[in-house]
Amino acid sequence: MDQRQKEIDNLKDYKYGFSTDIESTKAPKGLNEEVIKFISNIKKEPKWMLDFRLKAFERFKQLKEPDWQKPKYPKIDYQDLYYYSAPKSMDDKPKSLDELDPKLLETYKKLGIPLQEQARLNGIAVDAVFDSVSVATTFREELSKLGIIFCPISEAIQNHSELVKKYLGSVIPTTDHFFATLNSAVFTDGSFAYIPEGVRCPMELSTYFRINASNTGQFERTLIVADKGSYVSYLEGCTAPMRDENQLHAANVELIALDDAEIKYSTVQNWYPGDKDGKGGIYNFVTKRGLCKGKNSKISWTQVETGSAITWKYPSCILKGDNSVGEFYSIAITNNHQKADTGTKMIHLGKNTKSKIISKGISAGFSDMTYRGLVDISSKASNSNNYTQCDSLLMGNKCGAHTVPYIKNKNSDSNIAHEATTSKISEEQLHYCQQRGLSAEEAVGLIVNGFCKEVLQQLPMEFAVEAQKLVGISLEGSVG
Amino acid sequence: MKEQLQRDFDNIIKNLSLSQKDIEIKRFYLDNFIDRGFPNRREEDWKFSDLNQIIKKNIGELSFYSDYTSTNKVDTSVFVDGLEHNKIVFINGRIEKIDFDYEKKNQIEIIDQSETINEFSNNNSLSDLNNAFTNKSFKILVKNGYQLQKPLIIYHTTNSKIWSKNINLRLDFELGKDSSLRLIDLFNDTSEKNFLNIFYNFNLKENAVLKNYKVDKLENKNIKYSYNNIEQDKNSISETFILSSGSNFFKNEINCNLNGEYSSAFVNGILSLNNTKHHEIRTIVNHLTENTKSYQLIKSVLENSSKAAYQGKIFVNSKAQKTDGYQLSKAILLNKDSEFNAKPELEIYADDVKCSHGSASGSLNEDSIFYLMSRGLNYQQSRELLINGFLLDVVEKITDSEIKNLIKNMIGIKE
Repeated sequence: MDQRQKEIDNLKDYKYGFSTDIESTKAPKGLNEEVIKFISNIKKEPKWMLDFRLKAFERFKQLKEPDWQKPKYPKIDYQDLYYYSAPKSMDDKPKSLDELDPKLLETYKKLGIPLQEQARLNGIAVDAVFDSVSVATTFREELSKLGIIFCPISEAIQNHSELVKKYLGSVIPTTDHFFATLNSAVFTDGSFAYIPEGVRCPMELSTYFRINASNTGQFERTLIVADKGSYVSYLEGCTAPMRDENQLHAANVELIALDDAEIKYSTVQNWYPGDKDGKGGIYNFVTKRGLCKGKNSKISWTQVETGSAITWKYPSCILKGDNSVGEFYSIAITNNHQKADTGTKMIHLGKNTKSKIISKGISAGFSDMTYRGLVDISSKASNSNNYTQCDSLLMGNKCGAHTVPYIKNKNSDSNIAHEATTSKISEEQLHYCQQRGLSAEEAVGLIVNGFCKEVLQQLPMEFAVEAQKLVGISLEGSVG
Repeated sequence: MKEQLQRDFDNIIKNLSLSQKDIEIKRFYLDNFIDRGFPNRREEDWKFSDLNQIIKKNIGELSFYSDYTSTNKVDTSVFVDGLEHNKIVFINGRIEKIDFDYEKKNQIEIIDQSETINEFSNNNSLSDLNNAFTNKSFKILVKNGYQLQKPLIIYHTTNSKIWSKNINLRLDFELGKDSSLRLIDLFNDTSEKNFLNIFYNFNLKENAVLKNYKVDKLENKNIKYSYNNIEQDKNSISETFILSSGSNFFKNEINCNLNGEYSSAFVNGILSLNNTKHHEIRTIVNHLTENTKSYQLIKSVLENSSKAAYQGKIFVNSKAQKTDGYQLSKAILLNKDSEFNAKPELEIYADDVKCSHGSASGSLNEDSIFYLMSRGLNYQQSRELLINGFLLDVVEKITDSEIKNLIKNMIGIKE
């Protein structure tokens, strides 16, 4: 019991809130063509990539920032941000992990992500992204034996130009919405993964994002291509130091699944959520979209959202191939002054496509949570099916939980079912647990874990344990 | 459209004896409307039904001036047989008859409010249009403790005298303590291509009971918008039933504010559409205090290339503990060109609540059809039986047996 209490006390504060004192190279502050050219230049990008960025920037200039979302935030001055920040030691790329700045190694060790392969849990390859650049990617050789490409996207642009050119922007085009277009113009790094035909990726691929520098927007881009008949499971984790000002994180993630391929994408998002009074924290405005391009393909999103001052994202599936499947499992927890507006879009275009949405929202303190989702079955998507379930749990009467589903059915052979409930933890359940010797807090923890179980089950094992703990921590102090 | 609006507005003002101040208020709303125009899909509430486009496509040029000086002959053949009732008759937007023959004289008061502008606002430009152009408006006041003996039927009749006209109506109801009113809106149109813009306001005092049945059954080519605002005090009950079927386009909005404890609101609706019709029901139930209850059930059957939309919102503010809110929408798509869109929304700020919504849409269940056919029915019969059963569910929610039977007969549902 004491041990557990100690553990909880340790965890109560945001334990990833430290910052690393490290010298960094930055692009000049502000957003303009010069900065974009600077980024492109420092990354030694081919011309088509620069054109891609500039095209996006042209478009960005014409776009207006959206304001339909539920959580409002003070206006962001896009000219007052650094769009590129990298540890100085990364200027000349270290050849191996041994040459990596020990400070960086230590940072990741502290975060529980040791980069030395021998210290690593076997079976997970990590791409660590620190501010704007990828600092290390593990297990690359082993993966390359199978023909799997797993590397920072900036390297992929140079070494696998054709592949990147073919798929980059094919799901999130440069003409997309405000934040996605901004990302297309200024993205700095991220991960690239390509799984060749018929290969089942033997280990979990993982990216670990860390924002360190202040006044920096993090714009990374992830591109995952699963060729015919392949399978990959991908994990994403994120943390940031505690700072008083809000920081913008606007990433783009594109997934492409060809015939019979399957991609499983899991996120445990634990950006700094701001302090108890809602000061500081990350604005997590991320665009995630998967395209089931080939027939019988499958994309599955799982997310555990506990961090960020504002989470605003809708991981989506475009089910283009016949018989393709899209899934979305989500737990979103908001406490204190956190706000979340999250959900998914399932766009059914192909025949016999199926989608499933399970969303669990928990709000406590003064927080506000919205599930917003779209299910769109087009007239050609005959015999398609969707099932949606979104449940919200409220703790206290200072918080809010909202459900805003958009349901469009243009096909008479297709079925859509949607269910949503909102309630609080039932007194009977609490009583039952307490009667058997659990404290109120433990009882709530148990019930909440049960509430989330359907989603937690979808996570890979290592993540599930971490996520389960996170769920407990995020709700600390919200009972009573 | 702007000149047209200005011109028609001036013509109307000429015929009314309004004070300078009232004219100014009306002009203010006219300017608002000119500014905003008809609602279009860029507005969240009109996402599924772009009224601007619909009016353009179905009507084209719209005229806002109606000559209300001459009377129309009331055609008694449209009156409902076999049900004794009180009447209000609108013909082409003009009130031709108000009679409460079955009621005690001093218990119902009819107040002409035409001279005083009571402003109406629901956040869309149609309320501006209504505020600017309604020429006569009445308030019907049911005194405390009085329960109407017979239902009131409001006949909305239009005939071929009008064409491409906008008609704005408004009625205000106040139900005193312990009173009750059963109200049926019947639409009866032989005109085409007109846009009806109807606003009702209901004010329910303690223990008052309102039952409102809106029946748009007869085929017509008009465009309609109806907005009901219902304010509810302690222990009051409102029941709204919508049968939306006949018009080319009909959007029914119900806004219900549960202000008093133990008040409850029920909204049930049927969207039964064919051809290229496009109907929408939008409901907003605001739970503003403790121990309130709401229940909504909307069912749609869509044939040919018809389109239906349902937007329902349950709002619970932080004071409204012990709220019970339930919402269900179901749709059957019978043709590959039919379309159903839904946006069931929950916005909740209190924790001790039970709120849920469900929405399902799909085709007729093949298994059920097979079951019925294997028992000797042909395909057409089985289909009808299933659809009847599906819709009967909503009709059965009507708590007034007299009116339930009337509506069953109208739809042709056999038991």
